[in-house]
Amino acid sequence: MSKLKSNFEPRIVGFLCKWCAYTGADLAGTSRIKYPPNVNPIRVMCSGRVDPVLVIKALASGADGVLIAGCHPGDCHYTNGNVKTIRRFRVLQKMLDQFGIERDRVRLEWVSASEGEKYARVVESMTENLRTLGPLNWNGKKEVSS
Amino acid sequence: MAEKIGVYICHCGTNIAATVDCKSVVEYASGLPDVTVAREYQYMCSDPGQELIKKDIKELGLTRVVVASCSPLMHEPTFRRAVEEAGLNQFLFQMANIREQCSWISENKEMATERAKAIVAAAVKRVGFHEPLEVKKVPVNPNVLIVGGGITGIESALQIADSGKKVYLVEKEPTIGGYMARFDKTFPTLDCAACILTPKMVSVAQHPNIELLSYSDVTGFSGYVGNFTARIRKRARYVREDKCNGCGLCTEKCPISVPSEFDCGLGKRKAIYRPFPQAVPNVPVIDRDHCLFFTKGICKVCVKFCPRGAIDFDQKEEYVDLQVGTAIIATGFDLFDAARVKQYGYGRLPNVITSLEFERLSHASGPTGGKIVLKNGQMPASVAILHCIGSRDTNFNEYCSRVCCMYSLKIAHLVHEKTGAKVYNCYIDIRAFGKGYEEFYKRILEEETIFIRGKAAEVTDFAQSPAEKGKLVVAVEDTLLGIPRRIPVDMVVLSVGFEPRKDTTELGRIFSISRSKDGFFLERHPKLAPVSTASDGIFIAGACQGPKDIPDSVAQGAAAAANALSLIDRKEVTLEPTIAFIDEKQCSGCKICIGLCPYNAISFDETKKVSIVNDALCKGCGVCVAACPSSAIKQRNFTDDQILAEVEAICA
Repeated sequence: MSKLKSNFEPRIVGFLCKWCAYTGADLAGTSRIKYPPNVNPIRVMCSGRVDPVLVIKALASGADGVLIAGCHPGDCHYTNGNVKTIRRFRVLQKMLDQFGIERDRVRLEWVSASEGEKYARVVESMTENLRTLGPLNWNGKKEVSS
Repeated sequence: MAEKIGVYICHCGTNIAATVDCKSVVEYASGLPDVTVAREYQYMCSDPGQELIKKDIKELGLTRVVVASCSPLMHEPTFRRAVEEAGLNQFLFQMANIREQCSWISENKEMATERAKAIVAAAVKRVGFHEPLEVKKVPVNPNVLIVGGGITGIESALQIADSGKKVYLVEKEPTIGGYMARFDKTFPTLDCAACILTPKMVSVAQHPNIELLSYSDVTGFSGYVGNFTARIRKRARYVREDKCNGCGLCTEKCPISVPSEFDCGLGKRKAIYRPFPQAVPNVPVIDRDHCLFFTKGICKVCVKFCPRGAIDFDQKEEYVDLQVGTAIIATGFDLFDAARVKQYGYGRLPNVITSLEFERLSHASGPTGGKIVLKNGQMPASVAILHCIGSRDTNFNEYCSRVCCMYSLKIAHLVHEKTGAKVYNCYIDIRAFGKGYEEFYKRILEEETIFIRGKAAEVTDFAQSPAEKGKLVVAVEDTLLGIPRRIPVDMVVLSVGFEPRKDTTELGRIFSISRSKDGFFLERHPKLAPVSTASDGIFIAGACQGPKDIPDSVAQGAAAAANALSLIDRKEVTLEPTIAFIDEKQCSGCKICIGLCPYNAISFDETKKVSIVNDALCKGCGVCVAACPSSAIKQRNFTDDQILAEVEAICA
């Protein structure tokens, strides 16, 4: 397990809302904050666009974790899209339980456009967490020997 | 038909190339399915860089383009334009962000390069699913909403109104003028604030293109660039603006006196009052909490004396909806509450006052008629001015409030000039950065003001020697001499800094403006777009964006006006066509989407039994798309196919 933890680089799909989280992630870069490059960002207009199916499909296609990040509740560019994300996230967590997938693999975070530092911290802790959890390897495609 | 995709990797000088092995990314991209050509170039956003794309589109017949460079927030419009100019629909383009979210976050070249490849692969796979889209053009409403009637908002309003455009100026206080109306003299020229401000206030009142909504605030703001609707709450003044001629008889006769907020509680005002004599509009307001009619149901003296029957106790607050194309937010700042720093004794020691209270004391039409006096009415023989109260302090605000040094110097001058008192300035650093500021500092130095470099530790009335009896004692370490000092003085002025307005979060929510780490409104770019925000058509100006002095606030007010006018003169704006649409054949008519839409953009067609999206109302958040159980709703440019293409490329 300890060997796994040190060598394993988790692959994380990040759904970032255009207005807050994506801009916040940009700010982390502009501020030259260094953090693990494990989250691959996908820009969506609102975290409310993230259909749980997209998350499940990401995990099924080989992602070890999924990050959903949007504006803070109350600050949604589209009034309350993120509130719908919260509701869906709860259902999604129950779905994960049913699939036998650790809840920690999918995270919902609020990152405002000015929180570059927070975004970096979120990615850091999530990457660290997934290193401990190890590969998900849902579809059994990956070699687990290393 | 297979697509012909062109992939362009930008070095961005060394911004990308230093951490990403661009050559290897190009090689990798060349091997991706459907990629016809992959190139690298130093600056893709430059003219030659864009030419490269255009040439390939024309000569190689590219059908899709991917540029891997900076964030799409930076140059997506640039490349979309280039693609369009070469005859390709601008939406057959995808940008891969390998700078902000790749090269700049990593020091490990190998990992950064791998990540860049994944990002490019995702963009290439996604762009294959792109469809040509038409941008919609909508006219821009030329009316402008300005929130905040301080010097910044006044400047913006006059600039725009002078160009012939209609301005709605909303001010929450009974009068415009903001903080500047309360100041005595202004640094470094020492011209009196009222003398330069009140003519501008009068121009606002008289301008045919400005509609002033004082004692009002914005409670809602919806729509999109060029076509916003603002909901304004006009609070009840209980005096009819259309009838009152500002004679002031009501104020004179009113029997109730209460501390005046305008004078920081140093002077009195009546229950029916104007904050100050030059108020604009020149119409009083009744303070419900103190008026005898509202509290006890008696009096009505004002009604009796008003020659025009303007008093109206039945007035109710009302809401009006305004149609505007752009908005400028110039809501200014709050002053730091000096009572939060306990060791200076503000609120406990009577002769410890804030800089704003000093302004009122020194103001010719202030509570003392411009005399600088102690609470006992005598002139002080010595005054200490303590800088950086609440600013440059990790316990409160880390930032520098930018104006306190200069106004402290001005206060030193005024004290010197009006009382001849001995003046001490306890400072951390003197920041005299503006035009004529350093010269002003020199002038004050020559006036024999004493400067002590050190932040005051404490102000106390506990005397340790006969000389300190009955005085306020400022304990401070003189860091230049390296000794602690105790300075007995009669009066202490606390140079309080700026803070974001208490309602910044609420206002930010209404206008969709983010806040920066210091709590002030966040501009789109700190250097290149200082008055723009992330929301098109909404601008910020003045101290709501960060501490600013009067010249900078005026400059920003004018800049925001120019930005708004530029948008108005374009006459039309293009709207992102990335909105939702419903495939009627797949829609089951379950109506789940209808309740979810925050803009009421979805309605139900009872004859066809399907939901339909109103293009003009849909903002393209995609919430309905994610909820549709039969996948009948799709979001243009954010279809499931496109997003899943990215997911698959990343996970491959």
